[in-house]
Amino acid sequence: MIEITGLSKRFGRQHVLCGLDVTIRRGRVTAIVGPNAAGKTTLIKMMLGLARPDAGTIRIGGRVVGEDPSYRADIGYMPQIARFPDNLSAAELIAMLSDLRTGGNAPNADLVERFDLGAHLTKPLHTLSGGTRQKVNAVLAFLFQPGLIVLDEPSAGLDPVASSVLKDRILEERGAGRTVVLASHLMTELDELADDIVFLNDGKVGYAGTTHALKLQTAQLSLERAIARMMLRGAA
Amino acid sequence: MSAASRIVKYEVSDVIRSRWLLGYTGFFLLATEGLLRFGGDPARALVDLTNVVLLVIPLVTIVFGTMYLYSAREFIELLLAQPVGRPQLFAGLYLGLTLPLSGGFVAGVGIPFAARPLNGANGGTLLALLAVGVALTFAFTGLAFVIALRCDDRVKGLGIAIAAWAVMAIVYDALVLVLATMFANYPLERPMLALMVANPIDLGRIVLLLRFDISALMGYTGAVFKQFFGTGSGMAVAAAALLGWIAVPALLGARTFRRKDF
Amino acid sequence: MQGTPRWRLALAGALALAAASAIAAAAQMPPRTMVVSSNGPLRTISAALAQARDGDSIRVAPGVYRESTIVVDKRVDIAGDGDAILDGEHRRQIMTVTVNDVSIRHLHFRNVGVSDLGDLAAVKVVNADRCTIADNTIENAVFGIYLARSAGCRIVRNAIRGQARDEVRSGNGIHLWQSRDALIANNHITGHRDGIYFEFVTGTAVLDNVSEDNLRYGLHFMYSDDCRYVANVFRHNVAGVAVMYTHRVVMIGNTFEQNWGSASYGLLFKEIDDSRVESNHFVNNTVGLMADDANRIVAVHNEFRDNGWALKLMANTDDGRFEANNFMGNTFDVSTNGAQTSTIFTANYWDHYRGYDLDRDGFGDVPYHPVRLFSLIVGRNPPAMVLMRSVFVAALDAAERAIPALTPETPVDERPAMRPIP
Repeated sequence: MIEITGLSKRFGRQHVLCGLDVTIRRGRVTAIVGPNAAGKTTLIKMMLGLARPDAGTIRIGGRVVGEDPSYRADIGYMPQIARFPDNLSAAELIAMLSDLRTGGNAPNADLVERFDLGAHLTKPLHTLSGGTRQKVNAVLAFLFQPGLIVLDEPSAGLDPVASSVLKDRILEERGAGRTVVLASHLMTELDELADDIVFLNDGKVGYAGTTHALKLQTAQLSLERAIARMMLRGAA
Repeated sequence: MSAASRIVKYEVSDVIRSRWLLGYTGFFLLATEGLLRFGGDPARALVDLTNVVLLVIPLVTIVFGTMYLYSAREFIELLLAQPVGRPQLFAGLYLGLTLPLSGGFVAGVGIPFAARPLNGANGGTLLALLAVGVALTFAFTGLAFVIALRCDDRVKGLGIAIAAWAVMAIVYDALVLVLATMFANYPLERPMLALMVANPIDLGRIVLLLRFDISALMGYTGAVFKQFFGTGSGMAVAAAALLGWIAVPALLGARTFRRKDF
Repeated sequence: MQGTPRWRLALAGALALAAASAIAAAAQMPPRTMVVSSNGPLRTISAALAQARDGDSIRVAPGVYRESTIVVDKRVDIAGDGDAILDGEHRRQIMTVTVNDVSIRHLHFRNVGVSDLGDLAAVKVVNADRCTIADNTIENAVFGIYLARSAGCRIVRNAIRGQARDEVRSGNGIHLWQSRDALIANNHITGHRDGIYFEFVTGTAVLDNVSEDNLRYGLHFMYSDDCRYVANVFRHNVAGVAVMYTHRVVMIGNTFEQNWGSASYGLLFKEIDDSRVESNHFVNNTVGLMADDANRIVAVHNEFRDNGWALKLMANTDDGRFEANNFMGNTFDVSTNGAQTSTIFTANYWDHYRGYDLDRDGFGDVPYHPVRLFSLIVGRNPPAMVLMRSVFVAALDAAERAIPALTPETPVDERPAMRPIP
């Protein structure tokens, strides 16, 4: 689904990604993990075209990520921080994204019901609480039933109920054959969700493979401990 | 409808509901109504409004423009993840701010005048004033966008924006006057006009001078001034240069936006 | 009066008058009317004049008449009857009047010649009094109507349209030299060097004329005391209006407008003493009124609107009085090249005035100083003018107003009016 070859990026003198080669498989949940400043967010932004590589390519569904924005019609994105125009309502935001995605899948707002957002749909977004806005953020990512869903710290700010609803939805999407890319600090969450792990360290791939294989390789039962082991190994 | 105009639609409906746009429109409404009601005749109100417009529009626009882009940063990233090209998104954001700002200004100044009879000369001056105000709105929004896109540090960006305003609105003219005094013995017409064209606020001012002070401007003996102010060429040059001051920051902003890593 | 009805007196008067004229007529031949036409017995005006006697009338039929300069040396009334065109063919003066009591009416003069030897005019009156020159059209003349050493002439309702291109080969629309007690009214003059020109003229009234688009001045006079100028319009003349070396000028209700240029004035007073300037309109001029060595001007109820400088007072101008004038929309109200002035300003309305009127007597409580710092700067460095109305210049002016350091103490209006004077 996503083939990344020789991907490099630097900001000023700092090399954030150094010749990354990795493949993310279709129909699976892939977690991108690593210590702070390992390049997780940069990698996600490059997949979405928010930042552009100094070298290397990203192919999504066979199409090279570049100037042509049309490949993003099949991507849903949930950014880490949910900040929307203050004076629009969630309903208008949904309408806006629908307008921008003419010709794609019809919007499916079932998450609105599952998050119990109905009463908040027509209020100006700046009057909503942070948690409610994060729910809106999640709704937007899944709205058009895209083939690829990119989630950056999705549970941040969600209450346990909403967080479970979101996880259920992620698993349903995988069941429907869609690809999910996930960046998170919550290892328990990843343990629950992730089929594959891409471990980044210092801009390089420290590990890429199944969660299961990672646990075997590090001889740990939990993902958290497995990753911790990887990090220690990387630092050594 | 293009992607840009779809974005404009939503951005505009966001901005026009904001309290500060209401305040901005209300400010021009009150200032204009006050000047018309207590300041004597419409001609005098127009003169006073000119000073207000040349001072307030660049300041408010450059500050709001920078803040608007900073506060929309995360939302811009969300929009960039949609199947929308960057030039379209930039155009949407740019027009999404400039149109409500211009509209607020035009409504604020225009409504009190519309409620009163106006002779042809004052009507022409009002149109020139509105045109200059709108042009400055576009120019300074462009500058604000360039600053906000080139400088990721918000506090620093806002500082640069205010400093840029202070330079163009006040310091620049002070320096020009100093230069004019220092080189009083040299032929200064061309350099002075060139310096005026190089600053959008001065340009806007020159356009309005052509309406208010043509009698005085024609008193200067220089042939270049005579050609510039006495024929249509001054207005043509000023209008073209103002368009340039709209186009260059907007295009520069669009280029920065297209190449930027978010 | 009570015993005699008024109509009886009138009748008696009329009978007496009739008797008197009958006696006069018997003493000389009865007045005749001669007709000049292209196909009649009298084909030129000169031919008619040759046969005419004092008191006769000459009617000129429509047509174009080309004849050598007509010398009017008899007391006749020459009048066009329809479009009678007297063509000078760019070669000569058209008509010269040399006797008193001539009237020239309803004629159409055109194409006066240019000469290096003398000033050629459509009609020149020399040493002749009480002439009437009325309702004529004069096109493409060097000088239109030229009076020299004449008294009591009336020049009324003429349309004088020149095509002057340069000052050297052009003359004035109405030109008076060493003349007195004339009436110049309701003429329209355009396209000449000066619209109306006086030199050594006294006691003359200039009323309701329009003088516009002339190459130099709309009105220009010197050494012409005791003349009155009322309700004329001087518009868009290259150098405006300039009047010099004269005493006791009265100007009432005139309009001076659209005179733009570095040496152009709505009205220039040079060495004009004891003038009265009342209820005039100075609109859209580079300089509305320029006073250079003009003493004891009294200026009341004038309107100064949309001028570059409403008023320029040279330091050599003393003891004037400006009262109840309106100053509106001018870039600069007053400029002066002196440190102070003895000219008094009082009760004028200045739209730049920002004072208050706490005692509500209709006049501001703080004085108004009409000379701005920026006008001094522009005076020394004219290109700095492009900075007008900038924030910096406004700040400079405000600072100067708060702590006056460079602008003069006077002129000052101690009682500025709060509202425009009606």
